[in-house]
Amino acid sequence: MVNLKINNTPIQVEEGTTILDAAKRLNFRIPTLCNHPDLSVAGNCRVCVVEVKGARLLAASCATPVSEGMEVNTNSEKVRIARKHVLELLLSEHNADCTKCFKNGHCELQELASEYRYGDHIFIDLVKSGDKVLDISSPSITKDASKCIRCQRCVRTCTELQAVSALAVVHKGDHQTISTFLGKPLNDVVCTNCGQCINRCPTGALYERNYIEDVWHAIYDPNKFVVVETAPATRVALGEDLGIETGQRVTGKMVSALRKMGFNKVLDTDFTADLTILEEGTELLTRLKKALVDKDETVKLPMMTSCSPGWVKFQEHIFPELLDNLSTCKSPQQMFGALAKTYYADKINIKAENMVVVSIMPCTAKKFECNRSEMRDSGFKDVDYVLTTRELAMMIKQAGIEFDKLEDESYDNILGESTGAAVIFGTTGGVMEAALRTAYEIITGSEVPFTNLNIKPVRGMEGVKEASIKIKNTKPEWSFLEGVELNVAVAHGLANAKQLMETVSSGKSNYHFIEVMGCPGGCIGGGGQPIPTSAEIRKRRADAIYAEDMGKTIRKSHENPEVVEVYKEYLTQPLGHKSHELLHTHYKVRKRY
Amino acid sequence: MEQKPLKKIDIIFGWDDNCTPIQVVEKSVKKTPESIILDMIDSGLKGRGGAGFPTGLKWKFARNEEADAKYVVCNADEGEPGTFKDREILDRVPEKIFAGMTICAFVVGALEGYIYVRGEYNFMLKTLQQKIDIFNQQLHDLKIDFHIYLRSGSGAYVCGEESALFESMEGKRGEPRNKPPYPTVSGYNGKPTVINNVETLVYTSEICRMGPEQFKALGTHDSRGSKVFSVSGDTPIAGIYELELGMPLKDFVDEFGDGDTKAIQVGGASGHCVPRKKFNDTIIGFEGIPTGGSMMIFNSSRSMYNVLHDYLEFFTEESCGQCTPCRIGCQQLLKGIEAVKKGERPPTYLNDLKRLTATMKIAAKCGLGQSVANPFTSIVDNFREEIIY
Ligand SMILES: Cc1cc2nc3c(=O)[nH]c(=O)nc-3n(C[C@H](O)[C@H](O)[C@H](O)COP(=O)(O)O)c2cc1C
Ligand code: SF4
Ligand code: SF4
Ligand code: SF4
Ligand code: SF4
Ligand code: FES
Repeated sequence: MVNLKINNTPIQVEEGTTILDAAKRLNFRIPTLCNHPDLSVAGNCRVCVVEVKGARLLAASCATPVSEGMEVNTNSEKVRIARKHVLELLLSEHNADCTKCFKNGHCELQELASEYRYGDHIFIDLVKSGDKVLDISSPSITKDASKCIRCQRCVRTCTELQAVSALAVVHKGDHQTISTFLGKPLNDVVCTNCGQCINRCPTGALYERNYIEDVWHAIYDPNKFVVVETAPATRVALGEDLGIETGQRVTGKMVSALRKMGFNKVLDTDFTADLTILEEGTELLTRLKKALVDKDETVKLPMMTSCSPGWVKFQEHIFPELLDNLSTCKSPQQMFGALAKTYYADKINIKAENMVVVSIMPCTAKKFECNRSEMRDSGFKDVDYVLTTRELAMMIKQAGIEFDKLEDESYDNILGESTGAAVIFGTTGGVMEAALRTAYEIITGSEVPFTNLNIKPVRGMEGVKEASIKIKNTKPEWSFLEGVELNVAVAHGLANAKQLMETVSSGKSNYHFIEVMGCPGGCIGGGGQPIPTSAEIRKRRADAIYAEDMGKTIRKSHENPEVVEVYKEYLTQPLGHKSHELLHTHYKVRKRY
Repeated sequence: MEQKPLKKIDIIFGWDDNCTPIQVVEKSVKKTPESIILDMIDSGLKGRGGAGFPTGLKWKFARNEEADAKYVVCNADEGEPGTFKDREILDRVPEKIFAGMTICAFVVGALEGYIYVRGEYNFMLKTLQQKIDIFNQQLHDLKIDFHIYLRSGSGAYVCGEESALFESMEGKRGEPRNKPPYPTVSGYNGKPTVINNVETLVYTSEICRMGPEQFKALGTHDSRGSKVFSVSGDTPIAGIYELELGMPLKDFVDEFGDGDTKAIQVGGASGHCVPRKKFNDTIIGFEGIPTGGSMMIFNSSRSMYNVLHDYLEFFTEESCGQCTPCRIGCQQLLKGIEAVKKGERPPTYLNDLKRLTATMKIAAKCGLGQSVANPFTSIVDNFREEIIY
């Protein structure tokens, strides 16, 4: 333990604690910009400097460990002047047109600027303009260099958490900037559209390509029938942007708000999550049969989930040799769109061409996904617009809806019913757990051997999780699986996925099934979720997901009555002809550079 | 204040046929590491790369670290404008550098040493490598387990900063790291590393050759020994000179000036500008104005506005760009003096800029940004009129 004083208050902390964290414990807030709890320490913005008695230099509190007898002042005159200079310098380089900025009201730089209220901007305006500043090439991510404070949070996110390195620091001095490879448009590089950089960018330099106006336009158009679908993870995070405490479920309020905004039908991506389990689970069992019984060597194992479009694109760029391992299932979002504009449109007597499908997602990669040329199996663009959880929150505010006062409402049906298994899609390990609940029961006729169906080994925030389930007492048609140890792995965040893929690619693994979610924590930590994010916040959202699961009467996908009905009325059976047409897809090899 | 008259010395480039560098190594490894550290501390040798940290202490810190690997790195990045002495040393007496590195390795327990040579000096890599090969062979023959490797730098000034240099050696972008930890705890590859300037390493081998007494006899209490100076600018005799430390600047001007010296920039772009009126009471040494060796002489034909402008352009370009005070601060200083010159800002704006440099000095992440205040304040304070009008 180390003893020190901060602003004359003594405190004892563990060795290695930073001054910043020690101060936090004493409730002294020190402003920060480049620091982020998910990332390595950069110490480059210098807004967090503090005075240490006897030291020649101010110390960056985020980067300086405490030492015995240290006396720290977080608000001395020197500190204030330095902080003021740092902020003014940043603003002198900054295109501070807050009123036009997408991050207006959600910006760390703006917050500090308003906190310090410096009237006397003494420095010379250095804002750069020019065509290279704004990159709108990507359907998911917008990058505006004129708002960038070079904190490198995005770069660290993209390399440390995602192992993609689509963004890097280039050049030096006054030319130093954050760039893609050779400055190419974001849409032409290895970027997976995961949006994790957005979640950690403190300013408006990175934000989602937003489709708010397009969606309002569709809602107001009397000739359009606008259907909205909501992803599992949005309901445990939306509240954060609307004044509700982190970790609160707001499913019913969200449905109510969507209805009040004017969507014609409020449906649930969770429905197609259940459907995914049937398709994907059957695909897995078919692959196992082909591999184990038919000894078909063209069948690729382990099979990998495909519901995270950032992960899919990552795989297309980085591990093209493993593309045949990806399940052919579309993501639940796209299954929804394809069914909505075929089966559902018929059923409710609406022409598919007049239907607009909007999806509310915790994800920015889904914006890219809905624009993929493969995603038009209904004969139209299956999903028209994807909004992030954040965009939805903005629209709810724009609509003048007092969210916290709303009464809970339920989804419309059909395509509105879901099970607990679908809800847990929203967090890492959830798809695996849902798939196991169903697959095990298909094979054996009895429930997975875990208390309350809770498959604990695949839960939690460890980067890569592994589990084995011994299959016992199979039904006759699955007897080839009797006694087989089913080996599964779960990874979240692309850096963890990459590590797992390296073992798979080298042939050293013995997995049958792998779940990967592109974002840390899975969809609850998605690139479209409310900002800020941290391990603590993700944990609370995940807890809410599991609580929602426990609260559901039906917790196994194959028991979803609407899913059963859709098979009966339309799809006939998993992996059937119609399923292949509408619910499955293929992938393409993409270049790394 | 204690001072010494100007005196030319011949230690660095001198050659003792009876005790060649490899023989110094042979002799030194028979001593204990502790006694070598004591000699270094006793000699008073301070780093010649600019920061002036006591070399003996640095070695001691590295020796005291427990680690599975340690490294010795020779900083031959020599990027400070007006400095060209390391190049001369690399060219003429590289074996003395190798010897210093080997002794250091023996003291701290390193098995590998690296010489990081400035990208612009690539022309000498081939010969240098040949000489390293010979030396490595000699070490091998003496059964000394140490090997020297050569690394070529990327050509950025900031890569001379020790932690940026390690980043660069590790194949990353040359951005300075947070300190602590210091290199003796976590340097190259995160291992304890001694990084010394070329000249420092030569002095260490010389101190081992001749003993600390002879070295200590030179210079003053705070600035022991001699130092190699790179003399440039308005002088009839530009070049490399090894001089005893502690001389008044006046002696220096008398020796090297052209009779019309108006100011001397001591320590390169990141150093201090001394005007004529202060030549008498300025001492060259750690108690006065320390220097990495660059002495730029300006006569009365020079515009100090242009001098400062050049320096600020240099820093604006050579800042690694990662930290706010330096990246934007340098640009503001440059644009600021231009605005004052053009009358777009009042002369009093220089005071605002000086306050900014005070912040840069204490809040920038590395020595580059921290030292911009040196030329700025010393030139603005002493030549304010030239900046404004
Ligand atoms: C921007 C910057 C550039 C530097 N360039 C050099 C250099 O070219 N050569 C050098 O020896 N030290 C340079 N230094 C100092 C090194 O960081 C380090 O202090 C030195 O190599 C230590 O060696 P010494 O103790 O022998 O002086 C530089 C420092 C800074 C901040
Ligand atoms: S990034 Fe922040 S400070 Fe900059 S314009 Fe946008 S809201 Fe304002
Ligand atoms: S969206 Fe994801 S992959 Fe693309 S730059 Fe951002 S962090 Fe990297
Ligand atoms: S884009 Fe955002 S996160 Fe990246 S360096 Fe700029 S301000 Fe920081
Ligand atoms: S002071 Fe300058 S060179 Fe040093 S880290 Fe900061 S920006 Fe880079
Ligand atoms: S928050 Fe500490 S330097 Fe940026």
